[in-house]
Amino acid sequence: MTATAAGPVLLEGRDLELWRGETRLFTKVSFELRAGELLHIVGPNGCGKTSLLRVLCGLTLPETGDVYWRERKISRNRADFHASLCYLGHRESLKADLTAEENLVFQLGLRAWLSKADLHAALDKVGLTKRRHVPARSLSAGQKRRVSLAKALASGARLWVLDEPYTNLDVAGRELVDQMMSEHLARDGLVLLVAHQAHGVAAGVTRRLELG
Amino acid sequence: MNEWPGLGTAFWLQLTRDLRLAFRHIGQAANPLMFFVMVTTLFPLALSPAPELLQAIAPGVIWVSALLASLLAAESLFRQDVEDGTMEQLALSPQPLSLLLLAKTTAHWLMTGLPLVLMAPIVGHALFLPGDAVPETMLALLLATPVLSLAGAVMAALTVGLRRGGGLLSLLILPIVMPVLIFGARATDMAMQGLDVGGVMYLLAAILLLAVSLAPAGMAAAMRISLD
Repeated sequence: MTATAAGPVLLEGRDLELWRGETRLFTKVSFELRAGELLHIVGPNGCGKTSLLRVLCGLTLPETGDVYWRERKISRNRADFHASLCYLGHRESLKADLTAEENLVFQLGLRAWLSKADLHAALDKVGLTKRRHVPARSLSAGQKRRVSLAKALASGARLWVLDEPYTNLDVAGRELVDQMMSEHLARDGLVLLVAHQAHGVAAGVTRRLELG
Repeated sequence: MNEWPGLGTAFWLQLTRDLRLAFRHIGQAANPLMFFVMVTTLFPLALSPAPELLQAIAPGVIWVSALLASLLAAESLFRQDVEDGTMEQLALSPQPLSLLLLAKTTAHWLMTGLPLVLMAPIVGHALFLPGDAVPETMLALLLATPVLSLAGAVMAALTVGLRRGGGLLSLLILPIVMPVLIFGARATDMAMQGLDVGGVMYLLAAILLLAVSLAPAGMAAAMRISLD
């Protein structure tokens, strides 16, 4: 922790425990996250980092424990929580036959009233303005990742859940991720980050959670 | 009012996205229709082309082929979305998952079920189905094919997490859609004999209403289990 946090707790995990078959992935995981804070989840391969993210998003039910968003259980408050959340998994969630722009118009259109200008600004920021009418199947892995980053930017979500956002990105792309996260924290956003490498976020409050 | 778009907008977005995707892969989307036409038109070739014989088996052939064609289509309904991760994004949107899956099923029916209805007169002609029975058969198919799509969607959502769910899927769907097959074939049969088909149609319509009201909740619950 680099500074003391302020404001009410927005996201809270209490005593989370998850089993996969006969293996216990993690137990007694608890944390609190306030506005402008980043939680960096680290641990060796297969220790359950992605599973923890899925629990925190409400995709997977934990064996014990609960996740709270604004002091309400996310299972009771799903729509409100999901409206504030943008999840970038390690799959890109893009339809190969749709263009980058069509993909974003659909996915963002479900969650917010989206203006074309915001969308273009986000695509411009990740450097895909010229490639926005290309079907996603023709984009490189790094470019697909950039489309996902544009989704986070344009989503207006308070909480970003990023699973290995640096994958497939070049140096400039990794710096872009750091810059995006810093700006998001400065706007009082929250970030849940799973990454093996150290992040380059200087602003805001950053915490570390070690699994396994 | 919520900060996010309404249910109608979400339904429309999902429906148009799926139709757009289907039109970009029109060959794949037309598979069930091809199957339906091929099976029904092979009967006159394989059996003797005697009108009396073909007329006698026409209701059975048409309805069994329609049922198998929609079984064939059900398997692919959610698989791609789950594999490329877009289903997770649907489950994480503020919209109700049941509504989005209902929109997906509607798009699926428009691409695989509705063409069967429209093709029925031609298929009926090949099987010497009397002209008077064609409108009734089309109406019965119009009521029955959405039920087949909806039942298929619930079971597809349940089995989509399995590696090889294809065989299991047919096994799960068949018993549920048996009433549709029985009443549908009966409607065609009765129309051929010039009987009043009102009762059968009302029954099919009742089954459709039941499916439309219950299936979306079932799909969403099954999909959340599959994604877990």
